[in-house]
Amino acid sequence: MDQDLISLKDRAAVTGVGETAYVRETNKTVVALCMEASLAAIADAGLHPRDIDGVIPYPEAGLIAEDFITNFGLTDLRYSAQTPMGGASPVAAVQSAAMAVATGVANHVLVVLGLGSLADVRITKRLSDMPQMRLIGEFEMPLGMNAPAQLYAHMARRHMELYGTTSEQFAEVAMTCRHHAQLNERAMMRKPMTLADHQASRLIVEPFRLFDCCLESAGAAAVIVSRAAQAPDLKQRPVYIGGIAEGHPPSPSAITQRNEMTRLGLANAAPVAFRMAGVTPADIDVAEIYDCFTWTVICQLEDLGFCAKGEGGRFVEQGRLRLGGELPVNTHGGLLSEAHIGGMNHIVELVRQLRGVCGERQVADAEVGLVTGYGDLGDGSVAIMHR
Amino acid sequence: MDAQEQQLPQPPRPEPALENRPYWEALTEHRLVLQRCTGCQRIRHYPRPVCDACFSMAYDWAEASGRGTVHTWAITHHPFHPGFKRQVPYTTVTVDLEEGVRLQAPFRGDSALLKIGLAVVVDYEDVDANLTLPCFRLA
Repeated sequence: MDQDLISLKDRAAVTGVGETAYVRETNKTVVALCMEASLAAIADAGLHPRDIDGVIPYPEAGLIAEDFITNFGLTDLRYSAQTPMGGASPVAAVQSAAMAVATGVANHVLVVLGLGSLADVRITKRLSDMPQMRLIGEFEMPLGMNAPAQLYAHMARRHMELYGTTSEQFAEVAMTCRHHAQLNERAMMRKPMTLADHQASRLIVEPFRLFDCCLESAGAAAVIVSRAAQAPDLKQRPVYIGGIAEGHPPSPSAITQRNEMTRLGLANAAPVAFRMAGVTPADIDVAEIYDCFTWTVICQLEDLGFCAKGEGGRFVEQGRLRLGGELPVNTHGGLLSEAHIGGMNHIVELVRQLRGVCGERQVADAEVGLVTGYGDLGDGSVAIMHR
Repeated sequence: MDAQEQQLPQPPRPEPALENRPYWEALTEHRLVLQRCTGCQRIRHYPRPVCDACFSMAYDWAEASGRGTVHTWAITHHPFHPGFKRQVPYTTVTVDLEEGVRLQAPFRGDSALLKIGLAVVVDYEDVDANLTLPCFRLA
């Protein structure tokens, strides 16, 4: 490697995690929710709010660096950025934070995502207001494609037709998340789900049924990314970032025009992250995979290299993704059953799994884990972390 | 149509970017046109300012045959926009046009027949004097 290049391998650690309660409706503003989660993460790390010298807020929450300067009385914020990639934003933001601490631009970067009450931010409104959706807004929404469920249904149908993937295999993902959510008191959906329940849930947009779709939630979650050398002096057992990358598919803002619509941006990012971390999919003890829809998990398992393209449906069968299985996935319940906190809740869960503090849902001897983000119709991000 | 149905909002209307008006104007004349780079003759869709093959910003609008084959589809049961409440369930198809780009539009036909590669042809539905939307039928 060129001597001037800095690999991010093990240069940064997640030192603090925190969140609010996850609910359907709240009377708190998204600013207040983000501050609450941020303070929890800062306290978890054993830091003082004024130790924060970098911040990456989730752009769609409408927060900017100034909100944190004002609320925390910061006098020397040295770094701020935004990563507008929808559900791929949080992991991409961790990459940006890791770059900032690895290069000495900042010491402790706060990464936070919050979503307010649904009445203010229904998904179709959120979508049409995003600049990434300009083409969809002009060419697809007037023809009846108004929500991610519809756009992704076209991808999922193609996957089913090409590879024989089935709705029963989608159900495996939904049931796995629900099974894990029953072990997580923070989860919004804890009632057991059977295959029959899944197959009886109403059709939303074929091939997706209601139980193939994630929740809509209000709440916030935050993590602190610190320079690796400082992490052992903080309060928690450090969780190091071994490899991290983001990836974008061709035609990122219009699935319709994508050369291969069942291959995500994650397929570009995954080899970079695995190579950086020096591990392979076989080394992963636990995976938190962005699950806006059940099928999205299946496709990402392929693009991560856990199985070949087209084999994801068969890969998720026979409890492989459940606690005790070969690859426990979404041990908190995911967006499908814990809450939709934009995938920041996936990062929080991975860090806790690698600290070994997840109680009943702890993956035994979890040493190396992986978390993905997926958003904006195909962007991907992935972090491989280890204790 | 009862009073309650009359109060339902209309589907969202396209708000064409300045450069895209010829596409929408051609639809009102029941013609499908696609942006064609005059530097390298490559057809592109959706319209955009730069050819990603030769980086020319010069283009014209080429008449498409309207013929294509099914790439994938979805059947919407939940109206995500209130303007489509009257239409559910409805089927949308993504179609590989003969010109090498794709068009997504409603499918007017028996969705049980759909499969990858099925031959379809574009048709036109007039919303009003100023707006026509494409749809697909069996070829």
